[in-house]
Amino acid sequence: MTLTKDETGQESGGDSYTPSQRRIEREAFKRARSRRATAIAAVSTLVTAVVLYLVVVNAPGWPRTKETFFNGQYAREAFPKVLEGLWLNVRLLFVCGAAVLVLGMLIAIARTLRGPVFFPLRFLAAAYTDFFRGLPLIINLMIVVLGVPALRLQGVTVDPVWLGGTALTLTYSAYVAEVFRAGIESVHPSQRAAARSLGLSNRQALRYVVLPQAVRRQVPPLLNDLVSLQKDTGLVSIGGAIDAVRAADIIVGRSLNYTPYIVAGLVFVALTIPMTRFTDWVTARMDRRRAQGGIA
Amino acid sequence: MSDTDAPVLRMESVRKTFGDSVVLRDVDLEVAPHTVTALIGASGSGKSTLLRCANLLEEIDDGAIWLDGEEITDPRADQDAVRRRIGVVFQAYNLFPHMTVLENITLAPRRVHGVARAEAEQHARELLERLGLGGKADEYPDRLSGGQQQRVAIVRALAVRPRLLLLDEITAALDPELVGEVLNVVRDLKGEGMTMVLATHEMGFAREVADQVCFLDSGVVHERGTAEQIFGEPQQERTQRFLGRIVEAGRL
Repeated sequence: MTLTKDETGQESGGDSYTPSQRRIEREAFKRARSRRATAIAAVSTLVTAVVLYLVVVNAPGWPRTKETFFNGQYAREAFPKVLEGLWLNVRLLFVCGAAVLVLGMLIAIARTLRGPVFFPLRFLAAAYTDFFRGLPLIINLMIVVLGVPALRLQGVTVDPVWLGGTALTLTYSAYVAEVFRAGIESVHPSQRAAARSLGLSNRQALRYVVLPQAVRRQVPPLLNDLVSLQKDTGLVSIGGAIDAVRAADIIVGRSLNYTPYIVAGLVFVALTIPMTRFTDWVTARMDRRRAQGGIA
Repeated sequence: MSDTDAPVLRMESVRKTFGDSVVLRDVDLEVAPHTVTALIGASGSGKSTLLRCANLLEEIDDGAIWLDGEEITDPRADQDAVRRRIGVVFQAYNLFPHMTVLENITLAPRRVHGVARAEAEQHARELLERLGLGGKADEYPDRLSGGQQQRVAIVRALAVRPRLLLLDEITAALDPELVGEVLNVVRDLKGEGMTMVLATHEMGFAREVADQVCFLDSGVVHERGTAEQIFGEPQQERTQRFLGRIVEAGRL
């Protein structure tokens, strides 16, 4: 029989712990290893960057490419105009994004409803996703942006921004509905069984147990679709609306210098990165709060 | 695998904390080959954490753990190589629901140990047969009862012929009828000389099957001895109190 701790130390809850030599050595080793890893990463990054730089700069057409694509003067001229145009993209993203999430969720729920009464709803939802996922976005946009005004309907807007936004929402709702549906179906049946056993109705089980898990699990693919939507907001320019891409386009048409496109491209990238990091952070925080701990 | 008395698993002054709470404090443990060690104690006393540390699923804060004389808590140790030699059975089975029983069992032998498919499947079927699951090889885990799932989980752990088997409250999720069928399997494994460490609430079973019993409370091993010593004449007041409650509850 072994007693490994004296009673008094226990009862007081006091912890007279001092790290052993073994722990100190182990942690020193881990620190050294992590320093080495950081150093290797830094060196490898530097080497890669230098090699890439040299390859590009020594390309035979570099001076000419530099002049047409990376011209400082045109960049300065284009930047404020592109930013101005980007405001339209951002507004479109928020309005369409919200509409897409709501509509996509409704369609996904309609597709997962059981019971014969809901057959028409299920059928319509399935037909909707089949049609709009298959229809190329650009054709959808042209039909809505150019076709709807041609009908000359009373009280229907002819604003290319609103019409373009509608077309984007139609297509993206179909994609997002499928993402949600995949999430709903990935929740283990035992979860629904447990919820129904507590007396929750089918609807309550969906609302309080299935959907929260489904949505959480689908955050990365949803974000993927939102980023894609953000870029596709540039397509509303085919109806004549001036967004970031169109603003760059105007300057390019006038100057025959492509730098504004690079500026517009970088601005879009800069918009996406914080969004991705934010979502990563949110999911990581949720995981940490639920996880059991452990490293495997 | 030698039959010397060198312990299969040895822990020395193991300490594990989660944030501010100390889950394991100065834990020493030695598990001799072909013996069964039972960890007893209330829920939250650190039994499961101790097993998770032995399998390197948790990183310990201090102390050291040896497997067959090799220090596995050394940061230079190959964790996967260590885990290849240890089988684990979890309380909640943790079977892979997207694989059949046979695929669950042959996954590690085929992918990790490089055993040929035919050989792995034959071995798996033999084990299933022995555990009375001969007809279930092509079923999916969700279609089996809890007791059957837990026996499949045991087969999965055994399929790689581990040096040491860790059993983490493997009957806790089962109803009494099914507990028996799982415990019979453990009893048979002991007969075959498998070295095991099990965390359990089944005191009667621990008493019957264990060569060594450790009583844990608040992360400290308060008492350690043979089953007769611990259950017959516990020396520590905490152990006496714990076992007293168990007897009161009619579970011993």
